[in-house]
Amino acid sequence: MRKFFAALVVSTILAGTGHAASIYPIDRATILAGSPFDFKVEFSNVVKPEDVKITINGQDYKSVLGKDAQFVAEEKSKDKILGSSVILRGVTIANAGDYKIEIAAGAETKKVTWNVYGTADKPAAKNVIFFLGDGLSVAHRTAARIMSKGMTEGKANGRLNMDSLDRMAFIGTSAADSVTTDSANTMSAYMTGHKGAVNSLGVYADRTPDTLDDPKVETLGEALRRQTNKAIGIVATSEIQDATPAAIVSHTRRRDDKAEITGMLLDVKPEVVLGGGSAYFLPQATNGSKRKDDKDYIKLFQDAGYKLATDKTELASAAGSDKVLGLFHTGNMDVTWDREFSKKGSVDKFPNQPGLVEMTKAALDNLSKSPNGFFLMVEASNIDKMTHPLDNERAVVDTIEFDQAIGVAQDFIAKNPDTLLVVTGDHTHGITIVGTVDDTVEGTEMREKVGGRSFTNYTDENKDGYPDKLDVTKRLAMFVSNYPDHYETFRPKLDGPFTPALQNDKKEYVANEAYKDVPGAVFVQGNLPKGAATGAHTVDDVVLQATGPGSEGFKGYMEQSDVYKVLADALALGVKQTN
Amino acid sequence: MAKVFEAQFNRRWTLRFMAGLPLLIAGGRTEASEDLTFDDLYGKISVLGLEFSEKVKALAGKPVGMRGFMAPPLKAEAQFFVLTEVPMSICPFCSSDSDWPDNIVVVYLHRKQTFTPPNETIEVRGVLEVGSWTDPETGFVSRLRIRDAAYQAV
Repeated sequence: MRKFFAALVVSTILAGTGHAASIYPIDRATILAGSPFDFKVEFSNVVKPEDVKITINGQDYKSVLGKDAQFVAEEKSKDKILGSSVILRGVTIANAGDYKIEIAAGAETKKVTWNVYGTADKPAAKNVIFFLGDGLSVAHRTAARIMSKGMTEGKANGRLNMDSLDRMAFIGTSAADSVTTDSANTMSAYMTGHKGAVNSLGVYADRTPDTLDDPKVETLGEALRRQTNKAIGIVATSEIQDATPAAIVSHTRRRDDKAEITGMLLDVKPEVVLGGGSAYFLPQATNGSKRKDDKDYIKLFQDAGYKLATDKTELASAAGSDKVLGLFHTGNMDVTWDREFSKKGSVDKFPNQPGLVEMTKAALDNLSKSPNGFFLMVEASNIDKMTHPLDNERAVVDTIEFDQAIGVAQDFIAKNPDTLLVVTGDHTHGITIVGTVDDTVEGTEMREKVGGRSFTNYTDENKDGYPDKLDVTKRLAMFVSNYPDHYETFRPKLDGPFTPALQNDKKEYVANEAYKDVPGAVFVQGNLPKGAATGAHTVDDVVLQATGPGSEGFKGYMEQSDVYKVLADALALGVKQTN
Repeated sequence: MAKVFEAQFNRRWTLRFMAGLPLLIAGGRTEASEDLTFDDLYGKISVLGLEFSEKVKALAGKPVGMRGFMAPPLKAEAQFFVLTEVPMSICPFCSSDSDWPDNIVVVYLHRKQTFTPPNETIEVRGVLEVGSWTDPETGFVSRLRIRDAAYQAV
């Protein structure tokens, strides 16, 4: 161990002194053969173009990449000169194999190796359905199973739909620039095969301030358009421009470029687009718009042949159209508990929002008409959006809905076995189940009622799969490992989603006093920096499950970027399937 | 509490008159201000846009009073703050203006006041301004503003 550590220190020092240049794609990048990508070299100094030497496997780069690079003498951030760069956009490498890239300019040198991979000649799967539970951690699944199905004498009274999938893998989710990831980087890795930086989609994050000029890699949406005639569907309960749905089509350093992402959706034109986020479709003159220009994307989508649906009723009638744009909220859609049961949140403003089950059905009704098959991504966005603010019950209820949507896909697969089904998360949260909070236990403090010696008493009289109420006397004791200052109430938040902390004028988050007087509430001092508003993502592996043709590729430990390789292989994206 | 507010409010108004700001007369104490709530703002809310309520349209250019929470200031020297229906837990300016809820009101203060704790309800009084406007210093776009405003904790 000691020796290993010493070796690590030496190699780190060498790396620090020998070369300061950066190359994109980065070292150990995996690239689908024939897929377009941007090649960029950033020098840390201003160099002369005649001094720049770039070889690939010992040959001049031009002979391998087939194009001349553009030399930028000085890249700048405001007035600061960052150095020279070389960029070559939209290059491809046709043949699989390892490619060693060596660059030099004066004293600056750098070497990286890329692995270019091919795919099967023929697709194993006609369709791929990719379910992503945002932030889906093991505890969400366990809690959903217990809350939805119950448990008797230690055995689950039923299984979740996702419990029945055939294969699984542990997925590492770290980003190229950070051990803890975010949804943008992870979904981008799933959908491009490249690990990028936190907050980036379909690009390697470069050093220039422009968020839209970073070196691009091909997204799955683009690869499907390039090589196949498959239809594409994107379904989410968040804004449709949110990181996960956006990753199928987008290229930006900054996931918050949501106005631009709306345009990127229109560039790829997925046949089915269902979610929230209409504010970025509306021209700035319209109240509720979050655009800063006059573009009317509702009209632009309609002009491109989309049938618009703005609520559950319209979705039912629009599903049969060639292309469907379903926008059900100006922002993120309401979470399942509020939408279906409590009617809190913004349900009074948007009362007829469809749920993930209805959206999945509508998407499959549409996409299944595609003679060449389809790719459908379904995201339960709010598992994450509720675990962040420590609202564990709402996150679990959204997990139950996610599982019911998976059931819809399984019904489809029963009749269409040439479909690969993948169910995964994109990162974890620190949520864990300690046991129960049992109100029948004697004690003046709520902590006395937390323990592992009883079972829960949730009921499901109407057999809809959801607990009839959350505030039962023996409920799951769920806690999150990292948090801001807040009041722990030991109870579900019946009045609306939990807001644990509020920002003060020093930009520090302090406990939200609205929960101070909840009976039994105790102050919990945060263990995150005071700038953190909510719990943060965690680094624990994600569990991916899969079934159907091509799912054999999922096993053991995989990086999230490796997942793309399995999808590309199942769909034979290395091979042109159009005439 | 309301009485205290009135007294302080009136003092402020008096100061403004002393400062010789002629525009203030319209919003002065002689004209009673109408209370406005966040529920009053929009008559129609839909995916395809929001429409101001008749009440908001009728109160444009008139003095109003409104209760809410002060979102963290955009920057220390900003001349405005955002009034929200519920306390803001996110740091909107750390991420993007996308995180703001639909129903915010931008408050331009008559003169600088200290910021309040995030848990505290405040009441703002000033003149309601309706329609899109871009703050020249920050580029922040607002659709509803209360100008020449003062506020008080309640």
